[in-house]
Amino acid sequence: MKSGLSIVLAAITVVLVAVAWFQSGGAERRETLSASTPDQAVRLMLSQIRARNFDAAYARLANRSDVDKNAFVREFNGSYGSLLTYASLEKFDVAGLRTSGDEATVRAHLLYSTAVGPLDDTRDLKLRREGGTWKVLWPVNTAPKLPPQVIPVNYLRWDVINRGAGDDWGVQNVDSPQVRVISMNAIQRPDSVVLVGEVVNEDSVPAYVNVGATLLDPSGNEIAQESSFDKISHTLLPKQVSPYRIDFPHMRLEKVKSVRMDTKALLVAASADPVIEVNQQKLETDPLGKKILSGQLLNQSGQTVNIPHVIAAYYDSNGKVIWVSDGYVAQALLPQVPVSFAVDLPPDIAKNVQTYRVVVNHYDTNSQS
Amino acid sequence: MRALTAILLVVGTAGISGAAEIHAPAQTTAGNAITIATSGSGDATFYLIGPASALKQKVQAGAGIPVDSGQLERAGRYVAVLCASDGCASTSFFVNPAAANRLSLLVHPSRVPVGRTNGISTVAFVFDNFHNLALKSEPVKFSILAKDAKEISANRDSENGVAWVRISSARKEGPVRIGAAIGHANEVRVVQQVAADACNLRIKASRVKNAFLVETDPVRDCSGNPVPDGTVVSFTKSDAGGKTTVDVPIKRGVARVEMPVEGGARISVASGVVTGNELEVAGGQ
Repeated sequence: MKSGLSIVLAAITVVLVAVAWFQSGGAERRETLSASTPDQAVRLMLSQIRARNFDAAYARLANRSDVDKNAFVREFNGSYGSLLTYASLEKFDVAGLRTSGDEATVRAHLLYSTAVGPLDDTRDLKLRREGGTWKVLWPVNTAPKLPPQVIPVNYLRWDVINRGAGDDWGVQNVDSPQVRVISMNAIQRPDSVVLVGEVVNEDSVPAYVNVGATLLDPSGNEIAQESSFDKISHTLLPKQVSPYRIDFPHMRLEKVKSVRMDTKALLVAASADPVIEVNQQKLETDPLGKKILSGQLLNQSGQTVNIPHVIAAYYDSNGKVIWVSDGYVAQALLPQVPVSFAVDLPPDIAKNVQTYRVVVNHYDTNSQS
Repeated sequence: MRALTAILLVVGTAGISGAAEIHAPAQTTAGNAITIATSGSGDATFYLIGPASALKQKVQAGAGIPVDSGQLERAGRYVAVLCASDGCASTSFFVNPAAANRLSLLVHPSRVPVGRTNGISTVAFVFDNFHNLALKSEPVKFSILAKDAKEISANRDSENGVAWVRISSARKEGPVRIGAAIGHANEVRVVQQVAADACNLRIKASRVKNAFLVETDPVRDCSGNPVPDGTVVSFTKSDAGGKTTVDVPIKRGVARVEMPVEGGARISVASGVVTGNELEVAGGQ
């Protein structure tokens, strides 16, 4: 009787261990350990990156002599306070594109979980077979390095002294900046109503701007209220224009009689630096078949921009804003070093786009503004 | 038996002392001391209830009750009550504001574009020394002193304690001092007159190495005032390599940017809602 109980307990233990192993991705790891196919090799490397086992992932590279290990780790761990320093690789998909003899190309779709939401990254990785094992040919980073130098910056900076708490009633304060919504367009999307448009700071001082909207039904009752949240460049210098987008999920345009816009502006300390140039903007189709607006960001100042945020406004042939899309850039913007970006837009809207305009918002950990 | 004795004593005392009365002046001026006359005799309690204070003190009925000037600083209706053993009597009187001698000056906005008709609102609230709104009409002297200009002044009579004037901003940028004076009070505010939107915004391009240096002419408004440094000017270039946009703040009156050009390119400029000229340049030239 005793021996029977022991056997049952041992069997249960084995089953539980097996379940735990499957749950923790053990089967996947076992499958990819051999790296006998290009897909398996990439899966193995990405599994190790997800587990933050960068030594093992780096060991899977075919061109280790050309790739600096620290630079490889920084591609996933982030650097200079970039968005990836506040992110982790959550999951990935791998799809083989082609295999020819000892060489192959595999598309990896990486999904990061970041401080500002999910971040997509699609990479076409080349692989080479060495013996019976496939290894990844990691692209060599050819980004130019800026030589040590002093970049003089003498752009304006605005500081604000407000009325003191002890001042008498009627003592003059500095007024809030004058900002104005210069366009607004309500669009019905399959699952939501979206308001897009632009707002301008008409004043001669910087403004921290937020645009909100309330949808009203035919009786004048409020049916929904939302704000632009991060789909706007909040800090606007004098005469600067920012696109904005306000999403109303699960809403139908037929229910809406009118929209009440609410623009709030605060006078804030700000700096005119850094100036970020947006180069080589093009509307194109990416390898996944999605319509994207791609380009390059170039930080013209001497200060590192930790988290760049790209906001693009798209216009039709009448100059009306028909869509606003945005995206965070995973890399920090080092001075004078171009960094690529891409933001997607719905295909049904892309066909009506005549022109577009991109602004760059930025979040800096050492910002003085 | 004891209770009955006590009631008899109170009724007896009231009958002997007679009913107390109180008489105050119908009105007085804030900050002035007064004496309130009373009649009757014996110990009494005096109450003075004003708009912002209340007072209670033991007095002798029949004697004048001095009320200190400090108790009568707030304008409004006061009620004086005298309670003696035979009951309470009350009267009311008004304290009027004293002579106007203070101002609260509200000037809005603190920044105004040049050439804005009636763009500056100036409102003076007239008070006496004790922060009472002086409701009696009083002349308030408004004055405007712009940089490098003579002072201009005008009188406006206050109505219900308020006097106001609307002022148009000048054609020339710079601070303007706006003052209001009454009695010993002279309040001054400063309004910054700033350049209006850019006018006739123009760019020119010159070659530097492998790029074009694109810069604006000195950016001015339609009155010729320089648009303040830090104002953003947006440059847009379209060429074979795609589109390039840069938001550049004006520095020393001019916004400039270097742009590489592939083949022919079109460069345009805008500041806020104002657009400027367009340039056609060729990279090979």
